[in-house]
Amino acid sequence: MSGAEAGTATGAATGANTGTATGTATAPRSWTVRFRHWLTRAVPEGQWLPDRQPAYVRSWVYVFGVATLAAFLVVLLSGLVLTLGGAAWWHVSRVGHFVNSTHLWSVQLFFVCMVIHLWGKFFMAAWRGKRALTWITGTVAFVGSIGTAFTGYLSQSNFDSQWISTQAKDGLNSIGVGAYFNVLNPGQMLLWHVMLLPLVVGILVVLHIVLVRRHGVVPPFDAEPPDDVAAAQASNVPPQREATERSEAA
Amino acid sequence: MWVLMSSPGAVFPAAGRYVHWGVVQLSLTNLLIIAAMLVVFVLALLLPFPGGRESERRERSGVRR
Repeated sequence: MSGAEAGTATGAATGANTGTATGTATAPRSWTVRFRHWLTRAVPEGQWLPDRQPAYVRSWVYVFGVATLAAFLVVLLSGLVLTLGGAAWWHVSRVGHFVNSTHLWSVQLFFVCMVIHLWGKFFMAAWRGKRALTWITGTVAFVGSIGTAFTGYLSQSNFDSQWISTQAKDGLNSIGVGAYFNVLNPGQMLLWHVMLLPLVVGILVVLHIVLVRRHGVVPPFDAEPPDDVAAAQASNVPPQREATERSEAA
Repeated sequence: MWVLMSSPGAVFPAAGRYVHWGVVQLSLTNLLIIAAMLVVFVLALLLPFPGGRESERRERSGVRR
């Protein structure tokens, strides 16, 4: 009998608690168990999709982060449809025009919300309370988004994209990136736009959200953070919100 | 081709208005968008959040959520 089969049999026979103990015992050997434990440590259960937030979050200025995320999802979905249709479709078809416009305007909304989110977090000094990595992933995602939007403008395949590419080529060639980032090569720019850069931005956004959930949203200067967040900041251990809620319920 | 030669403006729209400030050159459209974003930011700081007062009242009376 293999280790995996034995683990399943033990878990089925002795219940959930024993199953957990068995999983802990096999942790060094199984990458799935190690990965699960790493995930649990990174963002403990109870921090995902919380149903309660600190009182200071009841402010419009805290809305722009999730508004940016919502716009980003619309950008991704409309972009996915555009890749399936292709340039001939989005230039000619009425539905293609609509999806193309949806993609463009959701990008405008994405950047507007992201910049206002950036202003709000900058003036709150959002890197406080061990949130430096949250701040860094956000700013790098912002820079990556600019590159993604730039390659998007180059992929419009119209006079605008030709003008922008000829204006940009000298600057980019002067720093020696022309071979891998040739703005006069529409095929290369399209692949940067639909694959490489969205992947980078998407990973950064996921990391950013995980870090926000782990450390909590930054409080205003004159607000006291919740007890669990304050304790976590003092001890460098992620707050256990689920445990807090359970104890309150009990 | 006749349209292009007789009235280029019909094909190539006129250049937009630009604001010059030292080395900074900004189109009027972009300047207005930035101004609108600043207005939204200030409003987000000043306007009360819907349901905020109600939630505070319930919390004061001991009711959570």
